[in-house]
Amino acid sequence: MKLVPIGVVVAVLVALPFLISGYHQGLATYVAIYFIAILGLNILTGYTGQISIGHGAFMAIGGYTTVLLSADQHWNLLATLPASLGISFVCGLIVGVPALRLSGVYLALATFALAVSVPQFPLKFSKFLGGSNGIHAAQTKSHLWLYVVGWSCSALAFAAAWLLLRGRIGRAFRAVRDSELAAVSSGVSLPIYKTLAFGVSAAFAGVAGSLLVLVTNGYAQPGEFGVLLSLEILIGAAVAGLGSLWGVIVGAVFIGLLPSVAPDVPLIGSAHGQDVVFGLIVVLIMLLLPNGFAGFLRRFEPRVKTTIKSDPKTS
Amino acid sequence: MSFLSLQNASLRFGGIVALDDVSLEAEEGSIFGLIGPNGAGKTTAFNVITRLYRLDAGDVVFEGKSLLHAPPSRIVKLGIARTFQNVELFPTMTVLENVLVGAHTVSRFESERSVRAKAQKTLDYVGIGDVARRPAAGLPFGTLKRVELARALVSKPRLLLLDEPAGGLNHGEVDELATFIRTLRDDLKLTVLLVEHHMNLVMRVSDHVHVLNFGRTIASGPPAEIQRDPKVIEAYLGGELEEAS
Ligand SMILES: Nc1ncnc2c1ncn2[C@@H]1O[C@H](COP(=O)(O)OP(=O)(O)OP(=O)(O)O)[C@@H](O)[C@H]1O
Ligand SMILES: [Mg+2]
Repeated sequence: MKLVPIGVVVAVLVALPFLISGYHQGLATYVAIYFIAILGLNILTGYTGQISIGHGAFMAIGGYTTVLLSADQHWNLLATLPASLGISFVCGLIVGVPALRLSGVYLALATFALAVSVPQFPLKFSKFLGGSNGIHAAQTKSHLWLYVVGWSCSALAFAAAWLLLRGRIGRAFRAVRDSELAAVSSGVSLPIYKTLAFGVSAAFAGVAGSLLVLVTNGYAQPGEFGVLLSLEILIGAAVAGLGSLWGVIVGAVFIGLLPSVAPDVPLIGSAHGQDVVFGLIVVLIMLLLPNGFAGFLRRFEPRVKTTIKSDPKTS
Repeated sequence: MSFLSLQNASLRFGGIVALDDVSLEAEEGSIFGLIGPNGAGKTTAFNVITRLYRLDAGDVVFEGKSLLHAPPSRIVKLGIARTFQNVELFPTMTVLENVLVGAHTVSRFESERSVRAKAQKTLDYVGIGDVARRPAAGLPFGTLKRVELARALVSKPRLLLLDEPAGGLNHGEVDELATFIRTLRDDLKLTVLLVEHHMNLVMRVSDHVHVLNFGRTIASGPPAEIQRDPKVIEAYLGGELEEAS
């Protein structure tokens, strides 16, 4: 693990709130939220090769958990985060079991269905979940508080992901992605590791969802967790590049900041043009960096020297 | 009681009978050659033992216990490791990482450092320690076969299934392999099931040879006997066996 880049990132994050306005602290918190969610999706899709277009659903579960515990049970907001993590983890495991029977496009569609249907629950059970108006946490927090909590959670999430993925479990995940046949034959249980990845990934998304609710003034509303959110996380993961922890921060900055920068792009950006800009940039990145930012970084890694035997006849 | 046995094992794929009432017994510590022409059912037998395929009828018994209810990922834990005919590696991982995955079942409570050391030692043992940090994708076929062998060995198996280990090797290397398989067996106290088309190799290293043709057993016995068996000679149309003797 490279200590220097970590030190630089931490230093920037610590200094940042002193240098920027409350509004920008809010934006930076969004980046932290996307960071956690993309990190989670990366564990699932990048490491075990299971695609999900439905991570917004797990974010919704986390978000509503936090608000319900705060509004109804008067929990401390910080204390709701581990609860949100646990509940989302269990939900992830539950989704992971039927997902064992699916792969590729079919898994993508099934998780997409999740993204579509879960935000409908608050409408269906509006008595408990507040319907389309949403429900409100008992407290709201300052920009600075959100920034500090958001990035602390990100740091914890990053450390947790690193610890989980660097050794035996991370290798088992990648083994599943590379060759199920060889993984099984090496003693890696597909059901266990595939559902575990779903659980862990959902737990990350759940915490991100909790933070998302807090940063939107403590409101949990169905519209917040729509299909678009799921797609944003997926795009962020693609920009990050699958299977690498380092690209994630770039993916998160991309998804977190582009929507607020896009309207400033001259000509097309103004007046409803920001989605066009967003779309164009996504297409451009996919064309230029097919392996995401992680793949881009890999180009600069020192190559393993391959000795090419020079042929006396041709040289 | 034998170490590993197939008991009246039958398996069909649609109209093809891949295994037809096959029974065999491998003694502990032996090198057991499993031969037969293309499509005879050799790889299928391996896949049945490792639970990748489910038998239609019959049983697989390892150390007195039926394997038929073990999930495929438990097989390694029970002490059976294998290599694949066409090589099944983890292409995005380095050679060392491939071997580390092989240590999955024996490294749960071990430090990363000592597992890595063990994996490196295993690579050294099979003679490819110098490519440990190279990506597995893109290495020559013969090297890949050895990576697979190291991946299998690092799990500390008692039964090793080798599916055509001589694939991609030249004559000299095949000779080396013959010696190596025997060394393996003696060093690590293994029982080896060997599927191979190189008759020379099989006849030299095996204690016992079992011959399949179209999923059926046509002969089973010591190599010298098998080489003289008219049914075996007929199945191979004479050619390869005469070369070997
Ligand atoms: N998964 C499968 N689906 C359908 N048919 C199969 C399958 N696996 C094996 N077979 C068939 O079973 C028969 C035995 O195949 P198997 O791979 O065991 O032969 P083999 O003895 O290993 O041959 P080779 O020497 O060519 O490797 C063949 O006819 C093969 O086509
Ligand atoms: Mg075969």
